[in-house]
Amino acid sequence: MTIKEIQDEIIDEFAFFEDWMEKYEYIIDLGKNLPLIDEQYKDQEHLIKGCQSQVWLHADEEQGKVRFTADSDAVITKGIISLLIRVLDNHSADEIANADLYFIDQIGLKEHLSPTRSNGLVSMIKQMKLYGIALNARS
Amino acid sequence: MANDTTVTATPFDVQSIRDQFPVLKEEMNGKPLIFLDSAASSQKPLSVINRMSEYYEKNHANVHRGVYQLSQKATDLFEEGREKVRSFINAASTQEVIFTRGTTESINLLANSFAKKYINKGDEVIISSMEHHSNIVPWQMVCEERGATLKIIPINEKGEIKMDEFEALITPQTKMIAVVHVSNALGTINPVKEIIDIAHNHNVPVMLDGAQATLHTPIDVQDLDVDFYVFSGHKVYGPTGIGILYGKKEYLDEMPPYHGGGEMIETVTFEKTTYNELPFKFEAGTPDIAGVVGLSKAIDFVQSIGYDVIHNHEQQLLEYAMNELSQIDGIQFIGTADQKASVISFNIEGAHPYDVGTILDKLGIAVRTGHHCTQPLMNLFGIPGTVRASFAIYNTKEDVDALVEGVRRAAKMLR
Repeated sequence: MTIKEIQDEIIDEFAFFEDWMEKYEYIIDLGKNLPLIDEQYKDQEHLIKGCQSQVWLHADEEQGKVRFTADSDAVITKGIISLLIRVLDNHSADEIANADLYFIDQIGLKEHLSPTRSNGLVSMIKQMKLYGIALNARS
Repeated sequence: MANDTTVTATPFDVQSIRDQFPVLKEEMNGKPLIFLDSAASSQKPLSVINRMSEYYEKNHANVHRGVYQLSQKATDLFEEGREKVRSFINAASTQEVIFTRGTTESINLLANSFAKKYINKGDEVIISSMEHHSNIVPWQMVCEERGATLKIIPINEKGEIKMDEFEALITPQTKMIAVVHVSNALGTINPVKEIIDIAHNHNVPVMLDGAQATLHTPIDVQDLDVDFYVFSGHKVYGPTGIGILYGKKEYLDEMPPYHGGGEMIETVTFEKTTYNELPFKFEAGTPDIAGVVGLSKAIDFVQSIGYDVIHNHEQQLLEYAMNELSQIDGIQFIGTADQKASVISFNIEGAHPYDVGTILDKLGIAVRTGHHCTQPLMNLFGIPGTVRASFAIYNTKEDVDALVEGVRRAAKMLR
């Protein structure tokens, strides 16, 4: 699936939630089930510091596609990371660098990407795209 | 204070207080707003809001030196505000009351100006482990600049200053002791009178960071015999952008100006400038006149209720909230000092404060989460941050119930 198709799929899934509780329970579940990042990448180099929560991000290239793993100390942040990885993981560097991430707004989680929230997510998306740009330039 | 049983409750109607705070009728995320973040900034009563807009409608002109009536009236209002603050903290003279933008600017002014006069290579400044970044970084900066050392008073696991270790830190090189009056992250009310007495025995001046104190407790700088006292208007029902630096005249007279510009001068030539007298020497540029007018009204508001009533009400809420919250599984309180203001910092085992804060926000409950600008303190406790609920005069038992219910719900969702 393309980045756009995955985003649309997530938007459809979220349309079923009746209220914020169900939505957040789902995000919390996603956070709890996010595959763990390899411990060796939970270091200063992979740390994206937020004022409220911290994020660790690692990217690798695999057969021309970028593979992401990530973690956070806050579970809601982790749940949103899980969605971001579902959308951007396993795509080409070029696709990632040029992706328009409209789904966050559509599923009503925009507030988590506000810079005042300072949870590391805004910088994380920037970093994901930068990996895309960097790997793109290298190839 | 928490043990002060001599205070008797004057019956007062919290609803009539709430009616004076229009923001409390607002909603957040479609729910009635439960505002429990007054330690970050208190809400403003209508008397403050209305007076400030009336000031702009009818009284505004730049202060000092205007020969016309409107400017003289504005100057009178501004200087009446200074007198109001003087009497609020019982300073000996209005010359000792300097208007700043807030506590942070007050400390920066003091640290920079005081250091130029009094702090040299090899000297020491003492602060405590529970300081806000605003009372760490300015001193760190001037210590670095002057080749001085910053020393830290340790605290115990309840979040209280270790008084026995405090005195041992003082040496003949100690030039300033700067300590928080009430901790923003823990709620601890420090034994400031004792700290000042010990410091003065060693001839060291003391600055108290009163940012959190003025909301809860009356300040008498002469009774405390404190050398410098700083606080912000916005944390005591006043507007943002106005703060106070109180200093004893004997120090302020000796200290050089901080900012240069208009208002603070006596005569200016390109060769040399002579400075205005106190307090104007430290007030360069057009001041926040509306802020002073608003702050005056905030002081009126506090005094019309009375600190005894405020204290009683807040301590009752604190006690009720601590009792109710402590029944939640896995709750851990950070800051359990014997003397505590109405500030509760806590964590839920297995849940990050950001997650708890996010769920509470969805329920319309405004709390603060994170390190509360006290990173070294959080490091001491080995936690990334806390959830902090703080109570002011307009909060109710129902607010506490909503908080407890919200925290229960968050704990259930997150674990």
